[in-house]
Amino acid sequence: MSTLVLDRLRKRYDRTTAVERVDLTAKQGELVALLGPSGCGKTTTLRMVAGFIAPTDGRVLIGDRDVTQVPVHLRNTGMVFQAYALFQHMTVAQNVAFGLEMRRVERAEREKRVAEALRLVRLDHLADRMPRQLSGGQQQRVALARALVVNPAVFLLDEPLSNLDAKLRAEVRMEIRALQQRLGLTTLIVTHDQEEALTMADRLVVMERGRVRQIGTPEELYENPADVFVASFVGNCNLVAGTLERPGSFRTQSGTLLPCTSEAPAANDGLVLALRPERVTVTPGEGAPGDIRAQVTAVTYLGAQTEYHLDLNGTTLRASRSTPLHDDPLRRIAPGEKLTLSWDAASARLLPAETETGDET
Amino acid sequence: MAESRGMFFKSAVVASYALMLAPVVMVIIISFFRQEIISFPPEGLTMQWYVNAWERREFARGFVTSLQVAAIATAIGVPLGTAAAYALARAKLPGREAISTLLLGPLAVPGVVAGTALYMFYLRAETWLDQDITATLSGLVAAHVLLTIPWTVRLVTASLQGMDRSAEEAAANLGARPPTVFMRVTLPMLRPGVVAAALFSFIQSFENLELTLLLVGPGRTTLPVAMLSYLEFRMDPTLAAVATVQILLVTAMMLITDRFVRLSRVI
Ligand SMILES: Nc1ncnc2c1ncn2[C@@H]1O[C@H](COP(=O)(O)OP(=O)(O)OP(=O)(O)O)[C@@H](O)[C@H]1O
Ligand SMILES: [Mg+2]
Repeated sequence: MSTLVLDRLRKRYDRTTAVERVDLTAKQGELVALLGPSGCGKTTTLRMVAGFIAPTDGRVLIGDRDVTQVPVHLRNTGMVFQAYALFQHMTVAQNVAFGLEMRRVERAEREKRVAEALRLVRLDHLADRMPRQLSGGQQQRVALARALVVNPAVFLLDEPLSNLDAKLRAEVRMEIRALQQRLGLTTLIVTHDQEEALTMADRLVVMERGRVRQIGTPEELYENPADVFVASFVGNCNLVAGTLERPGSFRTQSGTLLPCTSEAPAANDGLVLALRPERVTVTPGEGAPGDIRAQVTAVTYLGAQTEYHLDLNGTTLRASRSTPLHDDPLRRIAPGEKLTLSWDAASARLLPAETETGDET
Repeated sequence: MAESRGMFFKSAVVASYALMLAPVVMVIIISFFRQEIISFPPEGLTMQWYVNAWERREFARGFVTSLQVAAIATAIGVPLGTAAAYALARAKLPGREAISTLLLGPLAVPGVVAGTALYMFYLRAETWLDQDITATLSGLVAAHVLLTIPWTVRLVTASLQGMDRSAEEAAANLGARPPTVFMRVTLPMLRPGVVAAALFSFIQSFENLELTLLLVGPGRTTLPVAMLSYLEFRMDPTLAAVATVQILLVTAMMLITDRFVRLSRVI
């Protein structure tokens, strides 16, 4: 149990740069999620912490110790692999005991700790099974117990839930989080599932093409995304290009004016208005003059939520709300009809427009 | 349409099995024919060729020699071949390709050519060392290791390539040093490949004729060479009887091995 520091970590391969630069400090007991699209360098970063990949540049510190040159088996990290990586020729108990054996923990103590770890993941009744006789979720829990039983300084998980079905995923997710908090483990978890990251993590690191785009708590990232990439990757977001007409009013490219009181970033030309769909309130009818009006282009019923696709004189927006009740006139809104929109002008954020070519690679 | 295609494939499979097994079945049947010159239909059935094979001591002695050579060559070749395959697959050795080609080379060279080359080399070595090499057990074993190593390298390499590395990584992550990872995780995972390699090495050595032909001597002959010599002056079903025993032995070994590792999954 220690802090984890990644200091200007970089990994180049012959042609590609897998990780351009990652700076991160995970505090003792903190769960940090690495989030980003496929190929952005999450796994590479995690494997540099575990020691499977030697960084091209930069340092990894666990506690106060620089472990950049330390081989894997001396790092004392506990890793959970995507495909579990259990030892197929050993029983569940032998799998869990392996790390203790390597640490030369004596037999009685070892057995006690194995039993304890298996009880922690609620598998004590399956100690003598072989891994192939377990379900995916059970195998995953064995992998957790095996990594936890050695009291690792940092706990590392690479998409630990991706092989589980949706229901089990939610369950194991809560279980991992509860264990991690109970044991106070400094944890780094890789995921490309934003919901998973938002629900589990104390802090998130959003990565894209080997770079860190933003680091923050789930709330910070959701409420205050640093750029268009983060806004669109974390949660759903309306992103409308345009310029700031005057403080408090944003002009879209098709000429519609939208209320917005957030501060404009440095350059005024090339702005994007970021507005979460659930912050947009829709009311049936044309409303009063001066109200924002929109035509409904599609209504998507999602059970608890309903989504409205809207057209504002050429600007498209999405609004979402909890599905209205039966007697609510909104319930019968159909494509082609008119709605009035409103939102708190402060919840619309202004972000610099992303220029694809501006990114060097 | 799909039906007739299915029928076609089925008959093709049956036909190829029939083609492969026909000679084996023929040999077994002939070994029980009474007449000396093979012809159909049989004049009657007999066990006399088995008795004859047993009474001719060169077959029994050849059998023992073949067993010895195959067992020792396998015992030497499999560990060396496994180590080589592992090093080739995992270590960043310079000249890996070249070493790999060299190790698999004996499989590509016709046995007679390799046998002749070995024979000439042995003769040289004998004059240098002033010691017998041809017609000795060690000479034969050394030659047969040239079969067992390549077969092992080939089969174990295939196993290594199909192997998921993450279990080994997990072991290292849990504190195992590289030799421990190899002994505790890699080797057990490779077990089916190594067992198959041992089986095939043994069979290849046991049945080998070409490589061995020039390296045997009077009183030290392998079974296949003894059979060939017998064929030079007799052509009765005694050989079929000897071959049948061999077929039974190999089949039994395969079946027993298959109980421990599913061969079809390895090869
Ligand atoms: N051994 C390698 N040699 C060359 N390029 C590599 C190597 N390993 C990874 N890369 C490249 O580095 C980049 C980052 O890979 P990485 O596996 O870290 O992505 P990831 O974020 O984990 O993606 P995913 O979500 O798909 O698992 C990718 O573009 C990948 O192609
Ligand atoms: Mg990955």
